[in-house]
Amino acid sequence: MGVTRRQRALLVQTTLYVVLAAAVVALALVADWPVIRENFWNSGGIGWADGNWGDLITIGMVNTVKYTAIAFAGGLALGLVLALMRLSPVAPYRWLATAYVEFFRGLPALVVMIFMSTGLPIAFGWTPPGGTVGAGLIGLIMVAGAYMAETLRAGIQAVPKGQTEAARSLGMRPGATTVKVVLPQAFRIVIPPLTNEFVLLIKDTALLFLLGAAANERELTSVAKDFLTSGPSAGTATSLIQAALLYLAITLPLTQLVAWLERRQRKAVR
Amino acid sequence: MTASAIEVRGLHKHYGQHEVLKGIDFHVDAGQVVCVIGPSGSGKSTLLRCVNRLEEPSAGEILIEGVDICDRRTDLDEMRSRIGMVFQQFNLFPHLSVLKNLTLAQRSVRGRAKEEAVEVARQNLAKVGLSEKESAYPAHLSGGQQQRVAIARALSMNPDMMLFDEPTSALDPELVGDVLAVMKELAREGMTMMVVTHEMGFAREVGDKLVFMDDGIVVEEGRPAEVLSHPQHERTRSFLSKVL
Repeated sequence: MGVTRRQRALLVQTTLYVVLAAAVVALALVADWPVIRENFWNSGGIGWADGNWGDLITIGMVNTVKYTAIAFAGGLALGLVLALMRLSPVAPYRWLATAYVEFFRGLPALVVMIFMSTGLPIAFGWTPPGGTVGAGLIGLIMVAGAYMAETLRAGIQAVPKGQTEAARSLGMRPGATTVKVVLPQAFRIVIPPLTNEFVLLIKDTALLFLLGAAANERELTSVAKDFLTSGPSAGTATSLIQAALLYLAITLPLTQLVAWLERRQRKAVR
Repeated sequence: MTASAIEVRGLHKHYGQHEVLKGIDFHVDAGQVVCVIGPSGSGKSTLLRCVNRLEEPSAGEILIEGVDICDRRTDLDEMRSRIGMVFQQFNLFPHLSVLKNLTLAQRSVRGRAKEEAVEVARQNLAKVGLSEKESAYPAHLSGGQQQRVAIARALSMNPDMMLFDEPTSALDPELVGDVLAVMKELAREGMTMMVVTHEMGFAREVGDKLVFMDDGIVVEEGRPAEVLSHPQHERTRSFLSKVL
């Protein structure tokens, strides 16, 4: 028996690499590259710059970023109010906020968005401001607010009690203590989870596609969807691949940022 | 007759079934330095924290300069702004520079203009010997420096009295001296002080009165030298024999 433990480990590792390489080679050989290029990366015979990218970026991506920013700002404001209500000494405020958070966290965002854009006009003949997109965004804000409320509440509660005590012992009023001492520290704690929330919202704006929008109000997914049946790459899935790349161009840096912020925070705590 | 700076009458405090303070009568006269000692869990910190109502008394009266701070008509925040408090864990605001730590409440509570607040802050920083640290953040200071900043922060409100809750207990031994020196200087200037502490040397040197607490009651009080050298009660003797 000349096989040491180390040799065996090496053997296992080599086998794993060989299997992986074989799988990749097999896939490359089996794949029908012309068909793949035809369906997923087809410029329609015209230059890429004249093709889908223009509308995908100047309309789709720009609107996606804009809608995300609106939904995030709205959700943050709503979430802050809800978080403060949940921590209020007045019990009915706590009940209301808890009920709201539990209700909207338990629903698909899409249901709320359709309700705002379609359900409300049917029921009351009233359309929220901003047309269909505006209504959808309000729905998105209502749901995002519920999630952010929980994040913010956790952040506020993570600020040591001694901070409040120090401020109150100096004679600062509860409101001033919250605004000047507790919230600045809470926000620092919740920056990573809030950035995560932002990434989730970027993806949730794609739901707006289901509500429909005017041509120049379309977000990225809607633009890509329309290019499935029109434009140079019509009849192929190319525009979806392009949209996917554009989404990743926004989300990947942000998720890296979150990872970096979390690493930095872990260091700062020490 | 002028009222005591701090007058505590029949103070009880319980958390659920657990009674922490079992009827405390206690007073601090203006200009006095009163040190409160006792084993941990004796209720001394709770007593101190009841004085500015960080803890809500369950029963009894607390008068600050003759004003009942448990009365609904009393403006608690206004009262607190006249009672400086120093915590065991310093509790500086970590997101603010040292100078901002000292000016925040001055501006928000006292309504002082920025220039005035900064000037008061600088005077008090000089007093605790940390003028050169005004733009530093708390995380970059040693424990002893943080506690001296905390004292300066409380002093910047121009309080009538100061409460100290084990101010040196969280410090490395070599940093205790600087903080005690600042406190001695304050005592010398005639500041009214209530100090919960384990520093018997400080109590003996600057204290006007020493109060020994155990199990939620005041067991014994008197001149520090007297109590430390000739304790009248068995519990006091037993405690002192362990710490001295």
